[in-house]
Amino acid sequence: MIKNAKELTQLRDHARQSMEIRLDRLVDPSPEKHKIDILVCGVAGCASSGSLKIADEIEEQIKKHGLGEEVKVIKTGCFGLCAEGPIMMICPEHVMYTKVAVEDVEEIFESHIKGGQIVKRLLAGENEYEEIKDRLPQIPFFSMQKRIALNNCGIVDPEKIEDYIALDGYQALAKVLNNFEPDDVIDEIKKSGLRGRGGGGFPTGRKWESSAVVQDHEKYVICNADEGDPGAFMDRSILEGDPHSVIEAMIINGYAVGSHQGYIYVRAEYPVAVQRLNVAIKQAKEYGFLGKNILGKGFDFELEVRLGAGAFVCGEGSALMTSIEGKRGEPRPKPPRSAEKGLWKKPTVLNNVETYANIPQIIRNGADWFRGIGTEGSKGTKVFALGGKINNIGLVEVPMGTTLREIIYDIGGGIPGGKTFKAAQTGGPSGGCLPADCLDTPIDYDSLTKLGSMMGSGGLIVMDEDTCMVDLARFFLDFTVDESCGKCPPCRIGTKRMHEILVRITEGKGEMEDLEKLEILAKNIKASALCGLGQSAPNPVLSTMKYFRDEYVAHVVDKKCPAGVCKSMVKFIIDIDACRRCGICKKACPTGAISGDKNTPFVIDQDKCVKCGVCMEKCPFKSILKNA
Amino acid sequence: MSNTCTMCAEAQEKAQKLDEIVAKYKDTRGALIPVLHEAQELYGYLPLEVQRVIAEKLEIPLAEVYGVVSFYAQFSIYPKGEYQINVCMGTACYVKGANEVLDKFRTRLSIDVGECTDDGKFSLEACRCIGACGLAPVVTINDEVYGKLTAEDVDGILDDYEAR
Amino acid sequence: MNKINITIDGIKLYVPENYTILEAAKEVGINIPTLCFLKDVNEIGCCRMCLVEVKGSSALQAACVHPVKEGMEVFTHTPKVMEARKVNLELILSNHNASCQTCTRSWMDCELQALANKLSVDMVRFEGESKKLPLDVGVSIVRDPNKCILCRRCVSACKNIQTVGVIDMVNRGFSTQVGSPFGLPLSETPCVNCGQCINYCPVGALHEKDDVDKVWEAIYDPTKHVVVQTAPAVRVALGEDFGMPIGTPVTGKMVTALRMLGVDKVFDTDTGADLTIMEEVAELIDRVRGGGKLPLITSCSPGWIKFCEHNFPGMLDHLSSCKSPQQMFGSILKSYYAEKNEIDPKDIVVVSIMPCTAKKFEAARPEMEVDGIRDVDVVLTTRELAKMIYDIGIDFPNLGDSTFDNPFGGATGAGVIFGATGGVMEAALRTAADLLTGSSADNIEYEPVRGLEGIKVATVQAGDLTLRAAVAHGLGNARKLMEKVESGEEEFHFIEVMACPGGCVNGGGQPLQLSDVRSWTDVRAERAKGLYTEDRNTFIRKSHNNPSVKKLYKEYLGMAGGSRSHQLLHTHYQERGNYED
Repeated sequence: MIKNAKELTQLRDHARQSMEIRLDRLVDPSPEKHKIDILVCGVAGCASSGSLKIADEIEEQIKKHGLGEEVKVIKTGCFGLCAEGPIMMICPEHVMYTKVAVEDVEEIFESHIKGGQIVKRLLAGENEYEEIKDRLPQIPFFSMQKRIALNNCGIVDPEKIEDYIALDGYQALAKVLNNFEPDDVIDEIKKSGLRGRGGGGFPTGRKWESSAVVQDHEKYVICNADEGDPGAFMDRSILEGDPHSVIEAMIINGYAVGSHQGYIYVRAEYPVAVQRLNVAIKQAKEYGFLGKNILGKGFDFELEVRLGAGAFVCGEGSALMTSIEGKRGEPRPKPPRSAEKGLWKKPTVLNNVETYANIPQIIRNGADWFRGIGTEGSKGTKVFALGGKINNIGLVEVPMGTTLREIIYDIGGGIPGGKTFKAAQTGGPSGGCLPADCLDTPIDYDSLTKLGSMMGSGGLIVMDEDTCMVDLARFFLDFTVDESCGKCPPCRIGTKRMHEILVRITEGKGEMEDLEKLEILAKNIKASALCGLGQSAPNPVLSTMKYFRDEYVAHVVDKKCPAGVCKSMVKFIIDIDACRRCGICKKACPTGAISGDKNTPFVIDQDKCVKCGVCMEKCPFKSILKNA
Repeated sequence: MSNTCTMCAEAQEKAQKLDEIVAKYKDTRGALIPVLHEAQELYGYLPLEVQRVIAEKLEIPLAEVYGVVSFYAQFSIYPKGEYQINVCMGTACYVKGANEVLDKFRTRLSIDVGECTDDGKFSLEACRCIGACGLAPVVTINDEVYGKLTAEDVDGILDDYEAR
Repeated sequence: MNKINITIDGIKLYVPENYTILEAAKEVGINIPTLCFLKDVNEIGCCRMCLVEVKGSSALQAACVHPVKEGMEVFTHTPKVMEARKVNLELILSNHNASCQTCTRSWMDCELQALANKLSVDMVRFEGESKKLPLDVGVSIVRDPNKCILCRRCVSACKNIQTVGVIDMVNRGFSTQVGSPFGLPLSETPCVNCGQCINYCPVGALHEKDDVDKVWEAIYDPTKHVVVQTAPAVRVALGEDFGMPIGTPVTGKMVTALRMLGVDKVFDTDTGADLTIMEEVAELIDRVRGGGKLPLITSCSPGWIKFCEHNFPGMLDHLSSCKSPQQMFGSILKSYYAEKNEIDPKDIVVVSIMPCTAKKFEAARPEMEVDGIRDVDVVLTTRELAKMIYDIGIDFPNLGDSTFDNPFGGATGAGVIFGATGGVMEAALRTAADLLTGSSADNIEYEPVRGLEGIKVATVQAGDLTLRAAVAHGLGNARKLMEKVESGEEEFHFIEVMACPGGCVNGGGQPLQLSDVRSWTDVRAERAKGLYTEDRNTFIRKSHNNPSVKKLYKEYLGMAGGSRSHQLLHTHYQERGNYED
């Protein structure tokens, strides 16, 4: 139990010693250095691809080699290069191994840990360690990033509060409780220019203020960790990699607005995040950061984790609150705003995970420091989950104002397979698709809104020439129809009708009148749906119609899908001149649609063909053509 | 005879555990969803008898409990298969061909999403993003994660489970 | 209440700060269209019909829930507003089984139809998949989910007002519907058949089980002697279905109309009510004097009885064993009346006209018969009677008055007020006071038990007895009261419970009043007024002074609470589980 700020600082100084190896960057691997920390990414994609088993194997090897004194394994948060997972880093020399398998661990021990020889085949990308060792932070993937929200991810052991404390954890809380009046905290956050990282980008300080001014002894602060955008995993990575930063921020939030109870609403699809949060809350209680009389300053705060149950709409603030109340997660009309009547009709502040993760550093480093990063209207950084047709799939954090091109090409390493960039989707089902013309736009809240998309929580899906934009719009509407809460007709029925029209178009049954109907419906849903998610549901359609109208027209008028995705419009044919009559396609065809033999030309019976494309994949002579 | 008794004992044990779950949350505000989560963990699904007990003990109308259960995708009123296949249909997975993977599971198992094979071995779900986009397309079978899948991989995976 | 300044369509207003935009607009004579809104019942802003533009807000706002604010500027009929309302209505229509020609609501006012007209919807542009769900046809209530537009008014009535909660929102997205748990028919749920859901439904998705044909069949069967009894609350509501003001008493016209339909006799259930008072007061005095179970709780309301059987099985022996007036009267018609007129009771068809849907269930309860002869054969709601009158083209508002048939014509004012909350209590107190003092009390109006307070409590002196009495109407209030009684927090001698808020005048079988009437007019109070007026105008106002009742006891029953009474006029109750098979 830490009783005051002084004890906290003492503990920090003590804990920092065990972090030295990890913090001491770029020291040559030398056999003289006996202490070694092996950092294994234990979150998100890496955990899903078996990194926890690798950590177990390292423990085994430590035991086997009797290195218990010298070598430690630490399960950390995300390094960012998720596509290369499982990832591990050996410190102090900071050698990063990628795509590590359990079987590789023994070799790493024999060669690297014991022999000081780097296992070159496991190094990141094509780079040889020798080439990049001095400039690991300089390669664009790292050098163009600026980590605030992800600052501790990949360094601390999320299940060890001492690690967090060692990196100045809970110092912001101590500073606030000792030196700040609640109003001062709000002023500082307002001054920093921080805007909500979960959706619309509402100024965080103003949000806190509007709850603080309401007189009520019962208030709530809630962390929205219901990361529902498909293709986004920023919040998951922060919760799994650095849960204490969120907890600390929520306590500060409670102090600022006069609340003594917080909730973290996490989607149940994130069991590891839930477990780490519970561990972190338990530790924070043991250390006296949660509970009564925190740090001896008379402020009380409790925190509870609540699980979602699979409903995208619960990412909407009022729906999230009704869900915590144990009901169907349906939004309610606003006003009254949640700041006045939120959870259990009491004043409530709701912020998303990434927003909270910025707070402790803003308090520690001051609002001016934070204001120095980003653009005029959007301060600080933004975490993006890069996904789709991009080389460096993963998690990146960049200053606001970085261009899409920098993110996709410099940091993301461009499009794989020599394909052409077609569009980037931001903001998930509420956002839109941005075409190549927009690549040089500096990304911030306002520029994205102006382009008909939105920041959203930070999912960034890259699409290449093989993606059909009409089909993509259909995919998002499919999602929306399924996830609509069903409360208001524009969303419940309107998105369904839009979806039906899109299905018609992708099946080659669309008419020009359908495009008009889509626009009428989209406009109406935007204007009249009950909640923000409903209002933004037509965005994927509106933005694809705006930037890729010719693709819609091709589907409707020419009955063609230029990307060759929409099956009913695709025809596979055999190029008789190129065909060598090997018969592989005939064997591979699951429906027996291909006929022919050595003497008869091979043909595809279009009535039998189900357009699975297996023949084209299997043909060694590239003589099967997809004719869209 | 002895068989029935084991089943009775098992049912009784579960009923008792359910009582404990509800009792644990009795004083929690908004207890329904946490209780449903734990009850589903216990029974594998949420049949009428289970929901009725929860409704009665938490003093919430059964219709409201059912309304909540039917709202959230994670709650099921049908039993799941021994192996629960979850195909991620998040955007990252979708643009990388999750649809073909899902189709393959569908045809191979002859069941649709939300259904269970007759022998109770497999059930198929399409889920929203599990946050492992780096591995897209992703499928989970119980706690096992399969990343970077193609439709061709499906047969091998299922053969393996069928042999278990 | 502080007042603030706002502007609506350019008109400056000074309105209380707790007003919604809808209320403020009403002040200047702008009726913004609504569909899901019902004041104090359902204020959730979900149907998106009442959308308006509020300056400074890009999305349209729901006027029914949006509070006014100093300086606010509202526009109620901009092109954006009109288009949004229209598209939303077209969307609703695209998923509504619009079989208007055959719909029960088509001859009354269907709120959806009215809106389509108001918003000039000339066609439905957005066709697509629509619901095809099975109908739930019960003894009392029919639910047609394919006509349901998900306004949720029924859910509020069932869950919040009645605390019955057998229907709720289920599923989500396009599959969202109002449903019962696991799609069970309502008959397999603790539904009490009160029909409040019907009263609030804007369309034809909820209505009573139609039994009109059975009545026509009996009327045209020469071997049948068709006897009608009409409940007190019917007479102050029936006229509404013919455009007459709410609460207009139409007793005489109703009797004329029934005769024109061709029934053999028209009697007044009020006589049954007087009979109930005789039996119930006897039971009360007996229990108070003899140390029986107290409080004694009235049993006239079949919705309440089923509610009690499901939710308060421990209170069943507190319920009066008296059958309801409908059943008592039916039983007397099949015995005493049959004997006196030498008609085989098997040939008598007792049709009762009730303000109630639960009466259909009550009449069908297996125990409601004597020696294999059913007490009541067909129950029609007020609405069904109105439909019969309408169907054959009777000009109801211009009919002359007729009087009920003898021998049961001379009902009392006590019987009449049964139709309003507190009425049974008041009637009982009038009789108890006289019976216990042996004299005739002059003060017969018991103000404390009248009115629309949810739970009314009064202490009354009747002879040497000091009676503590309570009246609850609406099952939510009944639940509260019962919890207090069960826990011992409050003690009473006598309790009146009516399932429907306001009592029978607001029963689930009464003429429907549209939401824009219901929201601003207290239909219950208007109809009750009609009953209290009729009471005041009645010569005999106490049940025990009803000459036909006196004669009945003298000639047939013997004494109140006697063995013949018990055979014909009393019943028993059963515990009913909740969703247990």
